[in-house]
Amino acid sequence: MKPEDQEFTSVATLDPGPDKVIGPGHDYGSVTDEIGGVVFRPFLKTPRQMFFGFAFAFLLVNLLMIAVTWLFVRGVGVWGIDIPVAWGFAIVNFVWWIGIGHAGTLISAILLLLKQDWRTSINRFSEAMTLFAVACAGMFPILHLGRPWLAYWLLPYPNTMWMWPQPRSPLIWDVFAVSTYATVSLLFWFTGLIPDFATMRDKAGNATARKIFGALAMGWRNSAKHWARYQKAYLLLAGLSTPLVVSVHSVVSFDFAVAILPGWHTTIFPPYFVAGAIYSGFAMVLTLAIPVRRWYHLEDLITMRHIECMSKVMLGTGLIVAYGYAMEAFMAWYSGGQYERYAFVNRMWAGGYWWTYWVLILCNILIPQALWSRRVRMSVPAVFAIALVVNVGMWLERFVIVVTSLTRDFVPSSWGMYYPTIWDWSTYLGTIGVFLALMFLFVRVLPAISIFEMREVVHHTGKEPTHAHGD
Amino acid sequence: MLTETKVSGQVESLYGIMAEFDDPESLLSAANQARLEGYREMDAYAPMPVEGLAEAIGFRSNWVERLVFVGGLCGAVGGFMLCWWITVVAFPHNVAGRPLNSWPAYVPITFELMVLIACITAVVGMLMLNGLPQPYHPVFNVERFARASRDKFFLCIEASDPKFDPTATRDFLERLNPQEVTDVAL
Amino acid sequence: MKSDEPLYWRSLEELASTAEFRAFVEDEFPNRAPDWNNPDSRRGFLRVMGASILLVGAAACTKQPKEVIVPYVRQPEELIPGKPLFYATAMSVAGVATGVLAESHLGRPTKIEGNPEHSASLGATDSAMQASVLTLYDPDRSQTVTHNGSISSWGSFITALAGARDVAGLKNGLGFRILTGTVTSPTLATQIQDFLTEFPAAKWHQYDPCGRHSARAGAMAAFGKPLNTIYRFDRADVIVSLDSDFLSATVPGNLRYARDYSSRRRAAAENPNVAPSRLYIAENAPSVTGSMADHHFRMTAGGVAGFTADLARGGTGAASPEARAVLKDLEAHRGSSIVIAGEHQPPQVHAFVHAINQALGNTGKTVIYTDAVEASPVDEISSIADLVKDMRDGAVETLLILGGNPVYDAPADLNFLDALKRVKLRAHLGLYSSETADWCHWHVPEAHYLESWSDARAYDGTASIVQPLIMPLYGGKTPHEVMNILANHADQSAHDTVRGYWQAYHKSDDFDDFWHISLHDGVIAGTALPEILPLTAKAIDQAAIASLGATAPAGLEIVFRPDPSVGDGTMSNNAWLQEMPKPPNKMTWDNAVWISSKSAERYGVTTGDVVEIEFQGRKVDGAVWIMPGHADESLTVHFGYGRTRAGKVADGIGFDAYALRGTGALWQGTGVNIKRKSGGYKFANTQHTQTMEERDPFRAATYAEFHKDPEFARPEEKRVAKDLSLFPQWEYKQHKWGMSIDLNSCTGCNACTIACQSENNIPVVGKEEVAKGRHMNWLRVDRYFKGPLDDPEMYFQPVPCMHCENALCELVCPVAATVHSAEGLNEMVYNRCVGTRYCSNNCPYKVRRFNFFLYADWDTQSLFGVRNPDVSVRSRGVMEKCSYCVQRINSAKIDAEERDQPVKDGDIVTACQQACPAQAIVFGDLNDPNSRVANLKRQQRDYGLLEELNTRPRTTYLARLRNPNPDLEKG
Repeated sequence: MKPEDQEFTSVATLDPGPDKVIGPGHDYGSVTDEIGGVVFRPFLKTPRQMFFGFAFAFLLVNLLMIAVTWLFVRGVGVWGIDIPVAWGFAIVNFVWWIGIGHAGTLISAILLLLKQDWRTSINRFSEAMTLFAVACAGMFPILHLGRPWLAYWLLPYPNTMWMWPQPRSPLIWDVFAVSTYATVSLLFWFTGLIPDFATMRDKAGNATARKIFGALAMGWRNSAKHWARYQKAYLLLAGLSTPLVVSVHSVVSFDFAVAILPGWHTTIFPPYFVAGAIYSGFAMVLTLAIPVRRWYHLEDLITMRHIECMSKVMLGTGLIVAYGYAMEAFMAWYSGGQYERYAFVNRMWAGGYWWTYWVLILCNILIPQALWSRRVRMSVPAVFAIALVVNVGMWLERFVIVVTSLTRDFVPSSWGMYYPTIWDWSTYLGTIGVFLALMFLFVRVLPAISIFEMREVVHHTGKEPTHAHGD
Repeated sequence: MLTETKVSGQVESLYGIMAEFDDPESLLSAANQARLEGYREMDAYAPMPVEGLAEAIGFRSNWVERLVFVGGLCGAVGGFMLCWWITVVAFPHNVAGRPLNSWPAYVPITFELMVLIACITAVVGMLMLNGLPQPYHPVFNVERFARASRDKFFLCIEASDPKFDPTATRDFLERLNPQEVTDVAL
Repeated sequence: MKSDEPLYWRSLEELASTAEFRAFVEDEFPNRAPDWNNPDSRRGFLRVMGASILLVGAAACTKQPKEVIVPYVRQPEELIPGKPLFYATAMSVAGVATGVLAESHLGRPTKIEGNPEHSASLGATDSAMQASVLTLYDPDRSQTVTHNGSISSWGSFITALAGARDVAGLKNGLGFRILTGTVTSPTLATQIQDFLTEFPAAKWHQYDPCGRHSARAGAMAAFGKPLNTIYRFDRADVIVSLDSDFLSATVPGNLRYARDYSSRRRAAAENPNVAPSRLYIAENAPSVTGSMADHHFRMTAGGVAGFTADLARGGTGAASPEARAVLKDLEAHRGSSIVIAGEHQPPQVHAFVHAINQALGNTGKTVIYTDAVEASPVDEISSIADLVKDMRDGAVETLLILGGNPVYDAPADLNFLDALKRVKLRAHLGLYSSETADWCHWHVPEAHYLESWSDARAYDGTASIVQPLIMPLYGGKTPHEVMNILANHADQSAHDTVRGYWQAYHKSDDFDDFWHISLHDGVIAGTALPEILPLTAKAIDQAAIASLGATAPAGLEIVFRPDPSVGDGTMSNNAWLQEMPKPPNKMTWDNAVWISSKSAERYGVTTGDVVEIEFQGRKVDGAVWIMPGHADESLTVHFGYGRTRAGKVADGIGFDAYALRGTGALWQGTGVNIKRKSGGYKFANTQHTQTMEERDPFRAATYAEFHKDPEFARPEEKRVAKDLSLFPQWEYKQHKWGMSIDLNSCTGCNACTIACQSENNIPVVGKEEVAKGRHMNWLRVDRYFKGPLDDPEMYFQPVPCMHCENALCELVCPVAATVHSAEGLNEMVYNRCVGTRYCSNNCPYKVRRFNFFLYADWDTQSLFGVRNPDVSVRSRGVMEKCSYCVQRINSAKIDAEERDQPVKDGDIVTACQQACPAQAIVFGDLNDPNSRVANLKRQQRDYGLLEELNTRPRTTYLARLRNPNPDLEKG
């Protein structure tokens, strides 16, 4: 049968409401066709928003190219960094992106272990998001080096000088944590895709597509034996990724917690960085999922239930973050340490960036409280708006921690400010472009929702398969 | 359908006989009956994992978890030894007045490498045990088998089975009221 | 250097082919006069010209002079590659010399040290001396003889000048004038005198913009002759400085004075039986001397005269309680006190001070008089005024300017330039083709002192031979050679001239030994001027007191001062000095209009406002800086900026304060108006926080408090137990380097900062980068104000790398680019650094500096010469910081090994320690219990910065001790 025939199923793409994870009237075939159909749509039938979206993202990518070229030609001095503020946007963005990356693994791994059926239609999507976010994050530690061409010196490899990295440094921990995280996320994502590659192979209309997907599917034939081993492996991956996802942002938080700088040297950082990561991650999933679901009419697969559940997770993690802020401030006061205390006085009103602190409180703590109301959770525009606000808030949180703490540390004589330059901004916007561009490509060329798992959902929702279409 | 009937009979060029079902339940019961019938060399195909199907066709294996355990162990030991070897043996320096063997600082790397190697072995191991990648397999000769990745469920009794007999096996499968029974050419 | 020659020729050809160049060739002087008076075309040309000639200069880099010059070290006498030689010579500022040892690597001077055998140096240097070596290699120095702006030759200059002399000779030299700065060089003076005796009608004028005019006039008033005053601060119990910044470079002998003053304070801190001296200062703007004072009387510069009169009234007569308290103190220490008048106070104040010292019986004890150091002391202001008058009357036919830059720095009311234009033939000898050179027919590049044979006298008259270390890079000539033209033996070299003079001085057959020893030691034995005794200063009558006391200035006052970093402007084009933070406000690359916060409020201006200053009808625009501790109703402006022809570094930065200065008000004057024009002017300061923000990086107490609580610098909560650690501490078996910095001695003069810059090849980053907070000084001097910001105490604290034993920077470096050495140095491995900058974030002292761009100059060839070959030049993206001069440590260890002895205490002297005039910095081995540094660290005043963080810094500080007057403390 030709893919065009099954491009749209007879099933209406209606949102079944907050208690269903899948629309009515779906069977194994219909979900397969609906999701696969997105990929096999003729190029010109791609929703217009996708074209515009990609064009915009691609512009930003070019901006990044220019910014990075200039950076490499002149040196990191093109940014606003100085002494004392030797870390600026680069590290802020690094932590922000890594954080965003966390939702993916969380959804695919932890929710899998917790048997949350609502994870199914968003896990593939958020895993992809994780990969691309980590890719963006990964750029910054290299770009921000004074001598980026020597970044490989951070890796332990035998060399003629017999020089080795210094494993006491949190930056080396970062190298291992982030690269492990990137690799594992990729494996997780790819493993999840294998059966769907098989599906696409078998659905593919033209030979090229069949060859490409065939190669990716590696001869997967849905054998029960394969499935048995597959499920074990997948479960183990989930089990391993769960502590991994926690460790990664803990390690990132060590970059600060291990340092002696007041405002960095804080034991509560690991848990509250992880919570913050999940917080921003879910915000980003919503930010992306809401438009895509609209453009591709996937309301019956990404339902209000998904949106509501994610809102609840945001609310919960948001509260943990709020607790983190409170403890940070309380401990600074309670410790009685002169420098610790001043770090917060500086953060809240004395320093040049006092306002960022209050904006971040507004974005990360006050506004999201609206999610307590079911009405808000049920309103897609409201949730979308709050998700955006949280994205901004979480970026500001990193700015406050990284930059504001550096502006005033121990010796007053060396206090100084930090003013981002146009190149700081271009690099940041550029990575957003990379992220969006990759996302747009992903939803266009790969099944954005895990097809075989949707079939399981169909199976579990106990619905008898219809013979709506077949031979 | 004609093509299938043609190939039937050419026993030597037969991989097995395949029955197609509409839903997992029927496939499951079919598989169970086939095992009761005494068939051992068979495989079931479903567009998604079906609980109990592997057991039904008498498949057992716990190699994946063993491999992962070993991989994880290697990663952890390797990670710690790497740090220790660098700071104590290969590149011993007084860094920040810390002792050469600053083992607490090695924990993150130890952990990350454990996870990394374990995950890689999990995926690579799974693929290898499944014999993937595998460019050719006879079941794909069946045209309708394409729907095994969509909405159809298949049971294939393979010619290698000692109890296999082209006609008897075919009759047996017919009895399981499948959508269709097909010979699978090699 | 071969490769340069074709380059050089090519560029000349290019030049030759430009229309501009041909125009210069074809034209004759008369009809071209209008053209070359138009600055633009001429400058454009000279810039191109300079660029090409520069390469020749670079090619000459390592030629040593042909005459025998004598290295300072005894063994090895001959040159060993990689082993620097030291030569004794002398550097003069405003004519007065200080002995130096110049370090020479294969004939290339790279570093200036003080000459321990020279009375004015005793081994110390100031920032200007340290920076002078950069001026030697400055590519902007004039590089060729020019005639009417086009390239000419020394030969044709000789012809021209000799011709002018012959013409003037017909009229006994009538209309022939020579203008020099203050001359102390016996040789040059004799040459000029000989010329004047041959041509009696010719005249010699002297002018130095920031010379000792007031001191000279004051001495004349008091003694009838321009005597020279020398102070013995080591003998003084009470010192009253009437606006005298005697610890800074503005006063000749300041290095010696700083040594004497600090030695006395240190002795008192170390031994309770020694009474500390007490320093009172009355000044209008905070100065380094003011920062050392126990009592700081803030008053307008004009008000100081009134205060002086108050002191002159004696005990009960004094009006102000301060004056009474000070007098009481002075009376209590007759014969062991010093009253010193500011260089920039009017002559009457100086006259009074001489009388007061006399009355206190200090003369001959703490205040010593000798004959003038100058070869022929004159009132330089009237001297230049006469010259201008004659020029205007057309009485001057030939003007020969030997050094100096009067067009820029002559008093503005004289309008020197207009007058100069009336002179038929004007020739200029100078380091730079300066504003003056612009308007002279002939310009001859002057030889830098490191290229010159000459001689000069120090603040106490001690004469030194100036010997060159290198052939003139740009074919520079000394004044001696120019005078030789007039003396009609142009062929005689400066060396022969100078040698000739001293041969006449030392008439005996052992002259060669005498010459050799004098060159070797850098001082000529027995040339210090003898003390004049007995001596009586003109007594002061009540009328004089009344008149002086009466001159209480009304209205806003303007005060002119040489700049704290670039002085009178002769060193404006020196990038090291430009980027040196000025002590009181840590400003770089700029001068500003200093004003007190109260006055700023009153006149409605604030920091960063550009104001128009209108003084005696002259107007200049300058940017305002609100200066804590500055007197109200007073503006302080500094010379040395607003240059137009200084060079690439100094052109167009700051504003020209000379343009306001008049003969009537050389140093200060009232009746100035300021008008706000615009705001938002951006300064580049290296420190933005004024106070210590309730923290105590700088710890101070009075001597009394110290004796009560000797542990005040190290309160309980700041101490960390030696064994407070989760893991065993590293042991440092052979050496354990450490440093102690005595805040009781440090004056904040910045000599150490520039010494460090010169020793360690520290790059200059420019104003924009400094404003961004990217200055590179390894050794910064922090400045803190304590107390009310309108009249605070000012403290200085040098902050190098602390070389913490638990170095936080090392812990976080991912590539082990900074690690600890076996001797406890916190070492920075540039080649390994990838530039994460994590170390800087984690350094609580923020002493690490980062190459955000390629700061080191890899293009300007002539600047390669100034680099220290023992220190690597850092590239872009690399972190750097103080290394405790590890190159010096290692060379000392190698020497010790050759001698096959252990390294002795004092063998290793870091650059900062070597430069420090107050001997505030001591470096050494903490494992040697008898080393000076170990002893200092055993003192109770010893404390570590941020010790409570358990970083275990190797650099520690000795707390400041103050000695306030109880009477004033109460009040």
